[in-house]
Parts: sequence; structure tokens; C-alpha cells
Amino acid sequence: MKFNTIIIGGGLSGLTAAIQLQLSGESTAVISAGQSALHFSSGTFGILNSGAVLPEGHPYSKIGPKLQDYIARIKPFFAKAGVSLHGNDSRNMLRLTPTGTFQECRYAMEEVELFDAGNPDIGNKVLIVNVQGFFDFNTAFIAQGLEKAGATCRIESVSLPEFGRVRESPSEMRSVNLARILEGGGTLDEFIASVKALIKDEDTVILPEIFGLRDSSPALKVKESLGVRCIFVGTMPPSVPGIRCQMQLRRYYESLGGIFLMGDEAVGVNIADSTVKAVSTKNLGAHWLMADNFILSTGSFFSKGLASSPEGVTEPLFGVDTSYDKNRPEWYRRDFFESQPYMEFGVATDGGFHAIKDGIPLTNLYAAGSILAGRGPLTLGCGAGVAILTAFAVADSITGGKA
Amino acid sequence: MKLQEFTSSAHNFEECMKCTVCAAYCPVVQVNPRYPGPKQAGPDGERLRLKDPIFFDEALKYCLNCKRCEVACPSGVNVADIIQEARMKYGKSKPRLRDRILASTDVMGPLAVPFAPVVNFATGLGVTKAVLHATMGIDRHRTFPKYSSRTFEAWFRRNALKEQRKYDNRVAFFHGCYVNYNYPALGKDFVKIMNAIGYGVELLDKEQCCGVAMISNGMYDGAVKHARNNVSALSKAVDKGLKILTTSSTCTFTMRDEYPSLLKVDNSAVRDSILLATRFIYEQVESGAVKLAFKDGYKARIAYHTPCHMEKLGWGVFSKAILARIPGVEFTALDSNCCGISGTYGFKKENYGVSQAIGKPLFDHIASVNPDFVACDCETCKWQIEMSTGYKVLNPISVLAEALDLEKTARINGF
Ligand SMILES: Cc1cc2nc3c(=O)[nH]c(=O)nc-3n(C[C@H](O)[C@H](O)[C@H](O)COP(=O)(O)OP(=O)(O)OC[C@H]3O[C@@H](n4cnc5c(N)ncnc54)[C@H](O)[C@@H]3O)c2cc1C
Ligand code: SF4
Ligand code: SF4
Repeated sequence: MKFNTIIIGGGLSGLTAAIQLQLSGESTAVISAGQSALHFSSGTFGILNSGAVLPEGHPYSKIGPKLQDYIARIKPFFAKAGVSLHGNDSRNMLRLTPTGTFQECRYAMEEVELFDAGNPDIGNKVLIVNVQGFFDFNTAFIAQGLEKAGATCRIESVSLPEFGRVRESPSEMRSVNLARILEGGGTLDEFIASVKALIKDEDTVILPEIFGLRDSSPALKVKESLGVRCIFVGTMPPSVPGIRCQMQLRRYYESLGGIFLMGDEAVGVNIADSTVKAVSTKNLGAHWLMADNFILSTGSFFSKGLASSPEGVTEPLFGVDTSYDKNRPEWYRRDFFESQPYMEFGVATDGGFHAIKDGIPLTNLYAAGSILAGRGPLTLGCGAGVAILTAFAVADSITGGKA
Repeated sequence: MKLQEFTSSAHNFEECMKCTVCAAYCPVVQVNPRYPGPKQAGPDGERLRLKDPIFFDEALKYCLNCKRCEVACPSGVNVADIIQEARMKYGKSKPRLRDRILASTDVMGPLAVPFAPVVNFATGLGVTKAVLHATMGIDRHRTFPKYSSRTFEAWFRRNALKEQRKYDNRVAFFHGCYVNYNYPALGKDFVKIMNAIGYGVELLDKEQCCGVAMISNGMYDGAVKHARNNVSALSKAVDKGLKILTTSSTCTFTMRDEYPSLLKVDNSAVRDSILLATRFIYEQVESGAVKLAFKDGYKARIAYHTPCHMEKLGWGVFSKAILARIPGVEFTALDSNCCGISGTYGFKKENYGVSQAIGKPLFDHIASVNPDFVACDCETCKWQIEMSTGYKVLNPISVLAEALDLEKTARINGF
């Protein structure tokens, strides 16, 4: 098969680039080995923590003056795909984390509550409600965190007959299965009524993020119906808003005529004269996929876009050049919560995001997203930002700005 | 580095990072609380079973072997293979008579075909269904696949064999039980198309059922026997330089992937020669070797369902491309969902409710698209969708046979 562009890796970055290209009239295919990091997302997107200083070689520095313009495009872009984001284009807000602390982010899925940076108003009296027997949501952590911030918390749980079915198999009492039960209809109404009945004098209710796998309407309905402010807090993975976002992007991409090869893995490459001619996949075997341009968005170590061994950090598919500390003991800091240098390792690119092989940039292979060197997803809070903004940049350079 | 290679175990099970993404995509977990879910049944349970087989849980039998967990896993763990292998290794429940009958598609076929009208009449009767439901555990709601009164092979030998000698280019056809006993029309469509694009068709020397139903019913020895027989039959065709084409995604998947990974039958000599007909045709057209001419005025609104094993095989892209490019076709790819039948699983009384619940999102989607018909490369999905939605289901090869101007196609390809 032949396409204008083939995107390897179908996470946030790959899908963003693929949609942009498809919208500009290109024919594209996405190869995606497994589900992406969006399945672990908090439902919020970080661009850059306030006060953070961009280290030299950070992917943003390669985007240059267009960066602000690209940031302003994020909300409209996701809205087209049916993912409604809120947040301010020019400053960070705070989200409430599962440990009851606040963390900066730029955008959030529409049901996720955002707080003003300086002085997050959590309310005085907070009711934290869990589903009985659901262990992937730690109410005590949240209460502890909020009480430190001066709120009074009360913890309750709701039990509905419908949950009993999931509870029969303790290992399957998970966010996604609960979200399926709470998709709408009678059970959602019953749940809302049970929570309402628990509210005494509280001004705020906190619930786990278990609403709306297909679209956000169940979450919005809960928010509207409780009569007091409702804050959703993330659960242990998988993330319901993250899966929803992944599915919505994929559905939109396919509705534009894009080909999404789910569960397939790029395994072979054909490079000649510093130009990628074709890739082969595990499932398609001898049927090579050809394209004019290729985007490498296979993610970081977590998604196997990068591999590490005692000998160093490599990019396993194309074997393109990587940037990392040759002195292995420098890869980690002993304190788990310190910034970990290995997170900044990744694929080296030229100023236009071309991947480099043996020192020579490949003419038509672009790298985008968390595979790139120089990021600092935890310390800089640039995870989703790098994924989306570098995808915009790459799509623009492929189409000459038409995307 | 080397050490890691030596400490790897089968099916990548130690690659599991416990993320539970597999469970989010398992169709059984969504409807059957008695099923422990892919992570627990697969890599987590394996850890325990390796310590002591006493940890084997008979509830693993609820797994459909649909492989959706594997398609979703970010770590490349072969979750479903771990589960099937555990069932093979530790499972104590022996297949019942009912399971044996459902699984033995190519034993029952020859028995039923000579009496097709009687068998079809009987299995269509409420009273037969009630008896089967009560005595055998075959759910009374099921519509039985009709048996044809003449097998595809018999038709082929009598009506098509001689014709095939005209063609210098040949392909071998693994027709499978369904084409042979239930729906020879699909096989005939296949032969028509192949002839029109300039290929003669050969049958294999004694093909047997691919064995998928035996695998899912715990009849592993039988499945291995079939696999060995088929690999040897396929090898003969491959030795002659032939590709082996199929019209069923499940037979294809079983012969390519389940033979080596589950049944431990080496198929390396034939694996890459087994192709779905839609992939073969797509590749011939793409390379310019073959041209297709369509009927004027063909019109159809088609919704395509990707069967689970097709999803795993990753070849749905060929069937979809072929259908979507037929002039006059309005094409919708349905959201990827399991239809719930999973071969013989849904025929069993104890699974009927679960089976229908699994398929519901798919049935609802089909109803909302309201196509002229559904297209799909799997025969058991066809039964399930036809029974549950009332929409007709056609194999893409039959759709193509209907849409093509076969004479003109033959002409422009020089025949
Ligand atoms: C656990 C976790 C949680 C995070 N949470 C947040 C958050 O809440 N907010 C935030 O802003 N950022 C978060 N991040 C940062 C995250 O990196 C980005 O937000 C973003 O999702 C990364 O997208 P990506 O497309 O670059 O990579 P990924 O999402 O990792 O996608 C890469 C894809 O490529 C596939 N792939 C790999 N190799 C191949 C191959 N050979 N062939 C085909 N496909 C292949 C993988 O299977 C995967 O699907 C998180 C990261 C992680 C790891
Ligand atoms: S998806 Fe894969 S890695 Fe995640 S729990 Fe399941 S088997 Fe383990
Ligand atoms: S094969 Fe299908 S039914 Fe079995 S565990 Fe995996 S997803 Fe679930």
C-alpha cells in the first residue's frame, strides 16, 4: 500500500499529526503496536510549568516563534475531534491530584475542574464519595491532602445493586468497568440520587473519574445534577478520560478516511540515500507500506519507542541517533521524586524534527512526541505539549503549512 | 543483555507491567463477572500457576480467545495465548458430547449433507431446538447454520475442475468447513472471481477443518492432528509454487498463528503462503497485474464488521479497501467490537446471554447505520449478526462477485 505519509505510533502525538495531515488532503496510515500513554493520562494536558526554564535543545526551541500560535490552536483542534477542552491559552491552572495536592496544567477535559493558580478554592466542607469496594481511588489520600489545605472532609461510599455484578470478580472492579455501568440511563440516575442523599452541609463533592467512556455526557450530567460543586479526581489506570480522548481522536481520524492499523507493529525499514522508502509490519509481513514521508511517534521507553540496555539508549526501529548520557550512573537520581535524567533521553533531530542516522538527517523521517530528546515531562510539565505541538510542527513542515 | 534473552518465558508474560489496559478491551469482562479478566487469567495467574497448578481457575473457560487483549496490550504480552495454554495444560473439565459435536464441523458436515433438507427442517423446528436445549445444552434461541445438499468439493469436481486447466496461473483454495458444507455459493463466487482475473483454482489434497472449534472446545489432540494434516496438505501446494487462498479470517488466523503458538505445530514452510483472498486480490490490483471491471449501476450501502481474529490478523484493511473502492458503494467501517458468538461459544446454553450482551454495541451500531447489508470475513460472525439484527451478512468475496462485471474483467485481463 502507498500513502502520502505513514505515522508509526498512534498515541496523542501520532494521531494529532495524522489528523492534521488527513485534514490537509493527504492520504495517511497510522501503525500502532498497542494502546498509548493516553490510557494513563490525568485528563489534563501540560504545556510548560510556570517559571520553568526551557533547557537547551528542548523540542519547543525548535518550533520557534510559531509556538504561541500552535498553543492557541490546541483547543479548536480537539474540539473538531469532539474532545472539548477548557483552560486558558496563556496561563496555567491547577488540577486536584489523587493525592489531594494540586498540580499545574494548561488544558483539561471539559468535566475536569480547574483551579486558579495562586489560591485554589477547594471549598470548606468536602464530601468525598467512592463506589463501595473500588480500591483504585484512595479517598483517605485525598482527604489528608485537602485537610492540610484547610478543608473539612467526610468520606462516604455508594453501593448500587448494579455494582454487585462487577464486585463478584474483585480483580475487575476497575474504572473502565464502572464507567460502562454508569454510561447513562437508570443506573446513572440512581447513582446521582444516592450521592445527593449523602450530601449534608457540604459545598463540594469529590468523585472518582469513572464517567463517560464514549463521550463526556455522563460526567457532565453528574456535575449538573448534584446541586453543589462536583470535582472529579483521577483513579488508578486505566484513565477513563484518557481512553475517551484516544477513542475520539481515532474515530475522528478514521472518519476523515485515515487508516488505523491497531495492534500492528512496524518491524522493518527500507532506507536508501538517507530517505525512508518503506516500512514493514508484523501483521502485513511481505506487504511493505510505502510513503513519501514518515513520522516516528512511537513514544518513550514506556511505549517501547526507546530502548535501554547496559550499552546505551537506542531507537529500536530505524536505529536513528539518540541523545543520552554515556555515563550510566548519571541516568538516575536516588531520590525517586527528583528529576530523573533518563526522562530527557530520546531521539536526536535537526531543527526541522528530521531524525538523524549516523550523523546525517534523513530527508523524510520526522520524529514527534515523547520519543524526542530534551523533554522534561515531570519537571517541566511539558508531556502533552511536546506530543501535540511537535505533531503540529511536523504536519506543517510536511504540507508546507497547509495543515 | 544476553541474560534477558535467556530468561524470557513463553508468550512474553514477564513483559506485563500490570497496567490493566487489556481488561479495558476484553468483551467478556464487560458482561460476565465470573470471568477473572485477561490480566488476572493471563500473566498474573500464570505467575501463580507456575508455582503450583492448584491455582488454575476453571473460569478461564469463559475466555473467547478473541485476542482483543493482545491487540490492546502496550507491552506485547500474548495474553490470550497464555490463557489458552493454561487451559490446555491444567484444565480438568473434559469436553461434553455437545462440545464434541459443535467442534467436529467436518465430521458432522458429511453426515448432514446427504440429508440436508431433513436436517435443516429438523434443526429449524422449535421442538428440536427445545430438545437440544434441554439434553445437549445448545441454546434454543440459536438458528442453526443450514447444510447444503451438495458439498462445495462435489460441485467443484463436477462443474469447475476441468475449466481450471485452462489457466497457467494457479492458486490453491482452502475452502474450510463452512464453504464446503453450509455455503458452497461463497466458494463458487471465489472460483468465478479467480477465473475472471486469470487464475485457475486447485483444491488441496485432503484439507481438514482448521481446528479452531476443537481448540475452543478443549479437544487439543484432535486440533493438533488436524493442524499436522493441514500443514502437510498446504506444503504440497506450496511446493508447487502456489499461494493458498482462503475466504475465512478465522481459518486463516488459526492456520497462520495458532498452529505454531498454541498447538506447537511448525508451519514455517507454509505460513507466508496462506493469504485471504481479499488481500491477494488487493495486491494483484495494486501491482497492476490484474484489473477489475465493475457493473454499471451497482449500488450498495455496506457496513463492514471486522471480526476479532481479523483484528488480530490486521488484514481488515484489505477487505475494507476492496469494498470501499467498488464504484457505487457507500461504505461504513463499524466500530471494532466483538459480535459475541466466538465460534461455538455462543451456541452453548450457558453462554447465550453473555454472547448476546457482548454483541449488543455492534448490533446497535449496525441498526443506526441501517445498511443494505453487512460485510464480514467470518462465517460465525455472519450467523450471529444475521440472527441478532436481521441484516443480511455477506463475505466481501460474494459482494465483489456481485459487483464485478465478470465477463468484462476476464476480457481486460486477457481471458
Ligand atoms: C504513564 C504516563 C502518564 C502520563 N500522563 C500525562 C498527563 O496526565 N498529562 C500530560 O500532559 N502528559 C502525560 N504524560 C506524558 C505523555 O508522554 C504525553 O502526554 C503523550 O501522551 C505522549 O504521547 P506520544 O504520542 O508521544 O507517545 P505514546 O502515547 O507513548 O504513543 C506511542 C505509541 O506508539 C506505539 N509504538 C511503539 N513502537 C511501535 C512500533 N514499532 N510500531 C508501531 N507502533 C509502535 C505504542 O504502542 C504507542 O501506542 C504521561 C506519560 C506517561 C508514560
Ligand atoms: S495490557 Fe499487557 S501489560 Fe497491561 S496488564 Fe494487560 S497484559 Fe499486562
Ligand atoms: S482473548 Fe478475548 S475474551 Fe479472552 S481474555 Fe482476551 S479479550 Fe478477554
